[in-house]
Formats: sequence, structure tokens, C-alpha cells
Amino acid sequence: MNKRFATAILLASATTLAACARQAPEELPPPPPTDTATPTPTPTQTTPTGPQVGSQAHFEDAVNGQNVIYFDTDRFNIDSADAAALQTQAQYLARYPQIRVTVEGHADERGTREYNLALGERRANAAKNYLVGLGVDASRVATVSYGKERPVALGSNEQAWAQNRRAVSVVIN
Amino acid sequence: MKKFVFALAFLAAPLAAQAQDLGQPAPEGGEVQTTGTEASGEDAEGGLTFTVTDESDWADLSIAIPGFAADRNVETPANSLGTAELGREVARVITANLQNNGLFQPIGPDRLPLPSFAEITDPTWGNWRGRGAEMLVHGYVRARSDGRLVVGCYLYDVALQDELVREGWVVPPADWRRAAHKCSDIIYARLTGESPFFDSRIAYIAETGPKDRRVKRLAIMDSDGANHRFLTLGSATALTPRYSPDYSQLLYLSYVDGNPRLYVYDIGTGQQTLVTQSSNPTFAPRWSPDGRTILYSMAVAGNTDIYSVPASGGRSTRLTDTPGIDIGGSYSPDGRQIVFESDRSGSQQCYIMNADGTGQRRISFHGGRCATPEWSPRGDQIAFTRIAGDFNIAVMSPNGRNLRVLTSGWQDEGPTWAPNGRIIQFFRTERNTGRSALWQVDLTGRNERRLPTPVDASDPAWGPILP
Repeated sequence: MNKRFATAILLASATTLAACARQAPEELPPPPPTDTATPTPTPTQTTPTGPQVGSQAHFEDAVNGQNVIYFDTDRFNIDSADAAALQTQAQYLARYPQIRVTVEGHADERGTREYNLALGERRANAAKNYLVGLGVDASRVATVSYGKERPVALGSNEQAWAQNRRAVSVVIN
Repeated sequence: MKKFVFALAFLAAPLAAQAQDLGQPAPEGGEVQTTGTEASGEDAEGGLTFTVTDESDWADLSIAIPGFAADRNVETPANSLGTAELGREVARVITANLQNNGLFQPIGPDRLPLPSFAEITDPTWGNWRGRGAEMLVHGYVRARSDGRLVVGCYLYDVALQDELVREGWVVPPADWRRAAHKCSDIIYARLTGESPFFDSRIAYIAETGPKDRRVKRLAIMDSDGANHRFLTLGSATALTPRYSPDYSQLLYLSYVDGNPRLYVYDIGTGQQTLVTQSSNPTFAPRWSPDGRTILYSMAVAGNTDIYSVPASGGRSTRLTDTPGIDIGGSYSPDGRQIVFESDRSGSQQCYIMNADGTGQRRISFHGGRCATPEWSPRGDQIAFTRIAGDFNIAVMSPNGRNLRVLTSGWQDEGPTWAPNGRIIQFFRTERNTGRSALWQVDLTGRNERRLPTPVDASDPAWGPILP
């Protein structure tokens, strides 16, 4: 009985690992977290289901979906909402010192391709620098820019563009 | 241990990655020789005078292009039906070329009688005058004993009953279309007084899939869309290709190791190498006109600047050093100056500097933003993406004056010049769907058309006249 339970846990973690392993550099980034998708927390601590430490899901749950910060058009400054989100991320990284993240910088489609690559890099670095300022070791935070190549919101309107001007922190496995 | 494994994986990545996204190499075809037939004695400056920026409408200049004659029908690898049918096919390619730039009214071989081999140098004028043709193109296709093809091309003025120009080429059978493009080029050059451009190729990015999971592959094709080839497989995003001036290599950006990095891809061998050994992201690759220098942009701690490096390898030189984004760059034809884009003033604007980075000065002061500047191969104009609400293709003088907006799409970006500096290609993105296509426009802004590509397309880069 106990053994079977342990197997189930192993299987669960293997699934999680497999899911993470699929985030090879060439793959598209994971779908954006949706605020509504947070599963109801289990009332007791005795059933260890749910995401494992070291997984993207665990990170997103722990920071309450604040692994994404947003920017104004052509800007890369960290506003107060971004600062709060990055503080939550920094606390998580302080608690789990073995975890490393990549900050993915993105731009909306209303920019030229090459400029947006540079802009995404600038946004990712703004987020990284803020995390480092909060005590996260710089070697634990990588950056990558996708420019306008990987939108999450598909419309061509202000609302979609606002969602796409973002920096997403992703756990590295 | 873990750290060690990570380091190994990191080192191995670029090597393994190269194998992952490149298709089979396919070396380019053989050389094209100009042969026997001399141009007529007439001065090239004579005849019609005309430029594409002229306001007059030349689209009614009718040119009859009957099938090219074959002395006898011979089997050729170029066409399953032999040289006679190939002669008609050559005329069709020329007809499509001259049709598509909006300057002429070509009448193709499918609507005309086929002249005899003897008539190629001795046209039956009455036949063509009766059809209302002002210009007449004749030509022949002959298979040599070594399997190569000889293609002759003659342009006649029907009213004057006179030969304007003639030329001949020896081509490997696989390159028969190049003879058709060369014939199109001498006709275009003779009638307009402009430089040729048809015998050239285009590199671009082929796009498929939904907007949030777009697959972007490196692809190349002839100037008319023929001989299309995909060079990468699509597992890694490829962007912003540029042909080397001799067409032997392509510069482009690939995410093949997970990060945006620039590669030099050798078309003959299918091998590629990094433009610069650096862990920093690199963007916006460009060749100098002589192919000896590569410009690239690199972000260090988030700040992007422009660098140059010898194409043969060696040390990079940093050309810009502002805290803003400095990116891209396009050399003047003499290689002495570079026009580039910078947001150092607060928004994207166009600047010029000397090739060594000195003398940086802003040239765009016409409202809106100035992005992706490209110096015309003639040196007289700079094309750019003008952002003023919508994104449009515009041109200006190198001093920033004489702004003219040529297109009116929702998002037109990334201009690239035809080898003769008279036509501009760009890509147009559709609102909402994100679908994109290649378009071209002449300098009047009136002759605009979409280029057919097998799938959606972006980032066109037009190479020079083929060597």
C-alpha cells in the first residue's frame, strides 16, 4: 500500500520532470499563467500532490502568478507593480537557492523586428537588475529576448499589446 | 558535478545545434558566360529616355515577346520537351519579368506566332507592326554538344525597323532561367536607361503556423520567385538574413542554441559559424559592400550597440557607445559611411556615421520615427520604415531631406533595395492575423505588387546582380 503510494508520487514527479524537460531552448515558451488557473489548495499537508519544487508550476504558484511583469510602450522601467512582483520572485529565489531562472523579454508587434529584439533584451535586463538589487546572485538569472516573435495575446489592439510587453521569469531545469 | 554537466551541455550546444536546424546544402549553379553576339553599335544613351520616377505613364509601351526559336529540337535536362519548348518558356519568363514592374505592356509567346530561326536576326516587320507592337524581342536557344545551352537575345524597335541591343549567353541547363533574366535585364536597361536587376536573388524568412507559435525558416529564391529553397528546417526561429555580395554566404540570426545569435551560413557547404564568439545576444547582421566587413549589433547588460568585425574573423570594433539602443546599419555604396538606427534621442531615429564610428549625427527630423534604414545601391536615397501611427516604407535623401512615403499598409517594414536602386521590397503584416507577405514598390509609389511565395514571408533581403 505504502509502496504503491510512493510509486504514484514518483510517477507524478516524473511527469513534472518530463514537462520541464520539454522546455528545451528551441521549444516555444510555456503558455502564460492565467490568474484563474490557480488550483484550489489542498486543505491538509498530508497529501503531497501539487507542483514540485524546481518546477515552473511551483514557482508560479508560490509567486501567485507574479512571474510576469509588464511595460509601457517602448519603456523598460520597473514600476511599482513590477517592483512588488519582482520582490515576490526574489523572496522565492532566496528560499530556494538551488533554483535559477531565465528572464524572457518580449515586445508588442507594433515595433520593427530588430529594434524589438533589443528592446526585449533591455526589459529582461531591467528585471534581472532589479532582482540582483534585491540580493539574488546575478549568476542565477539569465536573460533572453524574443522581441515580438512570441506574443501571448493575439489581437492587434492596445489591450493585447499591453499583455505582450512583458518580462517572464522561467525556472531553468 | 551538476555545474560541470551544465558547462558541458552549454559548450556542446552550438555544435549539436548546427546539425539540428540546417537542411541539406545545395550548391549554387555554374557560371554564365557572355558569348559571341556583340551589342549593336548604337549608343546606350540614345533611344528612349526615361526614369521610373518620371510621372509619365509608360505602361502602354507594348513589347512583343514571341517564343525563342530553336535551330532544331534537342533534348535538354532543362526542359522535358526539349529546346523548342524551352524557347517558349524563356519568353514566358521574360514576359512575366517585364509585366511585373508596371512599366511595359508585354505580349507573351502564348499569344504570338513563333518566328523561324532565320527570322531571329531578320524580323518580318509587317507581322509585328500589324499587331501594334512597338518593341520586339527575338531570341534563340541552341544546345551545344557539351550539353550547355546558348541563348541569344535581340531587342528591335518595330517602327524604326532597327536593332537596339543584342547579347548571348552560355549557361548550364539548370541555369537556363538566368539567361531569361539576363535578356530581361538588357531589355529593361536599354529601354529605361536604368541599371539591370532581374538576374539576382532574394533571401527571406518563410513563416507558417499560428501567430503565437510561428515557425520561421531561412529561405532563398530568384528575383521572380523561382528556384525556391528552404535552408533551415524550422525547429529554431531564424530571422533577418543578408546575402553576401558574392552570394556565397548568408548572414542571419538563429535561436538554434536557445539565444539570438548571428551565424555566417556557407551556401555551398551548408556549414555555419558564429559571427562573433560571445555569450551576449547579437542581432541585425549586415555586410559591407565589398563583403570584407560584417556589421552586427550586440546587447551587453541590456544595452545594444553596433560593432564591426572582419568577415575573415578577428577582433570586433565597437562603433557606438550611447546608453540607448543603437542597432542595424547600412553602408553607403562606397563603404565610407553607415546609416543606422538609434533611440538615443528618446525614440527610434536615423543617424549617419563614418565607417569607423566617428561623426555620428541624426538625419531624420520629419516627425514620427525612423527605423531600419537601408542605403540605396546608387547612393542617392535611404529607404526606411517610417512609424507615424501606421508603419510605412519611405525614402529620403542621405541628408534627411526630400521625405517621400511610398506605401500605405497597416504595418509595412524592413525595406531592401533592388540591385539597381529603383525598386524596394519590404514585408507587410496583416492586422490581427499576424500573417505577412513580401511586397515591392517602385520609387513612384504607384507600382506596388505582392510577390508570390510558397508560404507567408518576411525580412526580404535582395542581393546584388549575380556575378
